[in-house]
Amino acid sequence: MAKNSTKALKELGQYIKKSLGSAIVMKVNIDGKAELVLHANRTKLKELMAFLKDDKQCAFKQLIDICGVDYPERDERFEVVYHLLSLKHNNRIRVRITTGEDIPVETISGIFSVASWFEREAWDMFGIFFDNHPDLRRILTDYGFDGHPLRKDFPLTGFVETKYDEKLKKVVYEPVELMQDFRNFDYTSPWEEMSDMQQSGSKKDTKPQFMGSSE
Amino acid sequence: MVAKKENTVSVSEQTQIKPFTINFGPQHPAAHGVLRLVLEMDGEIVERADPHIGLLHRGTEKLIEYKTYMQAMPYFDRLDYVAPMNQEHAFVLATENLLGIKVPERAQYIRVLFSELGRILNHILNITTFALDVGAITPALWGFEEREKGMEFYERVSGARLHANYFRTGGVHQDMPDGLAEDMYYFAEEFPKFIDDLEGLLTENRIFKQRTVDIGVVSKKDAIEWGFTGPMLRGSGVAWDLRKSQPYEVYDRMRFDIPVGKTGDCYARYLVRIEEMRQSAELMKQAIDGMPKGEVMVDDHKVAPPKRADMKTSMEAMIHHFKLYTEGFNVPEGETYAAIEAPKGEFGVYLVADGSSKPYRCHIRAPGFAHLQAMELMSKGHMLADAVAVIGSMDVVFGEIDR
Repeated sequence: MAKNSTKALKELGQYIKKSLGSAIVMKVNIDGKAELVLHANRTKLKELMAFLKDDKQCAFKQLIDICGVDYPERDERFEVVYHLLSLKHNNRIRVRITTGEDIPVETISGIFSVASWFEREAWDMFGIFFDNHPDLRRILTDYGFDGHPLRKDFPLTGFVETKYDEKLKKVVYEPVELMQDFRNFDYTSPWEEMSDMQQSGSKKDTKPQFMGSSE
Repeated sequence: MVAKKENTVSVSEQTQIKPFTINFGPQHPAAHGVLRLVLEMDGEIVERADPHIGLLHRGTEKLIEYKTYMQAMPYFDRLDYVAPMNQEHAFVLATENLLGIKVPERAQYIRVLFSELGRILNHILNITTFALDVGAITPALWGFEEREKGMEFYERVSGARLHANYFRTGGVHQDMPDGLAEDMYYFAEEFPKFIDDLEGLLTENRIFKQRTVDIGVVSKKDAIEWGFTGPMLRGSGVAWDLRKSQPYEVYDRMRFDIPVGKTGDCYARYLVRIEEMRQSAELMKQAIDGMPKGEVMVDDHKVAPPKRADMKTSMEAMIHHFKLYTEGFNVPEGETYAAIEAPKGEFGVYLVADGSSKPYRCHIRAPGFAHLQAMELMSKGHMLADAVAVIGSMDVVFGEIDR
């Protein structure tokens, strides 16, 4: 997508790694269609972000997005993903750090003002705690909401439902009651797959065709 | 009435002045949906603005995790419901990135055509309701008629006026029906006349200018710092458009200009949007002119459904169809971020795939989310009525902000 070539991105990645040392940037990857990815150290996040923003060769002045990803089976279950954009060099970069349920991440709202709400969203949705955040309230869920809905162990249906109670003349919360069980089909096929044009076309071998989707 | 002396309050140094807090919305007509804005006022001057969002939160990202890639598509129509197809575009680009699919050229042109139509639809709604917020009713009445024409094109191509679900991974769902291209060309040709009329009502209108010029000024630096994209960023004088700088589909073959504002106020953003509509109409014509004949969907039945006629005779087509609409297609493990220049700014989809037929995580980057955050920055020190103008010029749609 970005117009810069994979090679240029690789060089940029190496430059960042060299400038900051492998204690801060642990790994540099090029994903898919030329997307530069840094695996970074959580504790040194602020340094990295300040560098990415202010360094002349990086100049990632714009923070596009912050989001969490939940991998419950890992030791540190969350991943926080930052997307940055350089208007000057027309580059994008993705910074990934890992964190756990009770390990705080340093806020970067002092470096990028826009980070404030994105971090609030990650807190709301995943319960990723951001240290020194000026205003870490919930943002998308209801006032007084309990739990973090985008975690993988949070059910799709939630726990409570709300309605207006005619007798009490107010909005009440009740445990969610479904007329029908939640249906999540597992399409794991007991049969052998047919020849797969799509898969054979790509270099990547994803043999276990129907391994996924087992919730 | 003569005030009695004993009733007058002497303002001593200890007197605490409590800022007056007002609750703007969520049912306020100028809140553009369900924005609840807690404003701390000093007299009629806004001191603090704290937007409370999430009243339209539907858990789109969570729902998508439980749906196949094809089933996830309609959710994108429901994000920014003012320009539905632009949202779909980001998602299909993300899945196509992961699958490594090259979309047929005709489909790319159709996508560009409808993205630009979506931009026009969005800007008509934004400009006219913005004008409505600051006191002009006529633009809204005129604009909705034009918008309805655009919606009819949506309907003719997809069967739905609003929630099109037309872009699909690997192309678009169906080819355009006969005569649609001609009608859209005619629309694109006639449409600038409407913009002229609209401009006649607003651009030099004294009241409109009084309400928008120098209101909500955002400097270049602030606009970048606060993650502004799209017309908000361009209104502040940054020449940045993803269609030009990181072209997707066939935008690199198109000739169009990117309008850039000078002052960064509400009026500049209005002017940018007006010019973008003209450019979009131009782009629609170019897309129709350049559109080649051919397929609109990749010829790969693991991703794209087989033709209806084939299914009547071919067992394999039948199986493909069944598999595709029950299990869906598997997307190889990986992650990607795809962004498009949506009418409101950079709309991005961060997709994490685990090799199954459902996304592991799908994060939606909505431009309005970042813009609304700067509400305090933009309205501080302005009058309450100007806060309304600021919201109007921000182009907020809660479908995408709350997700």
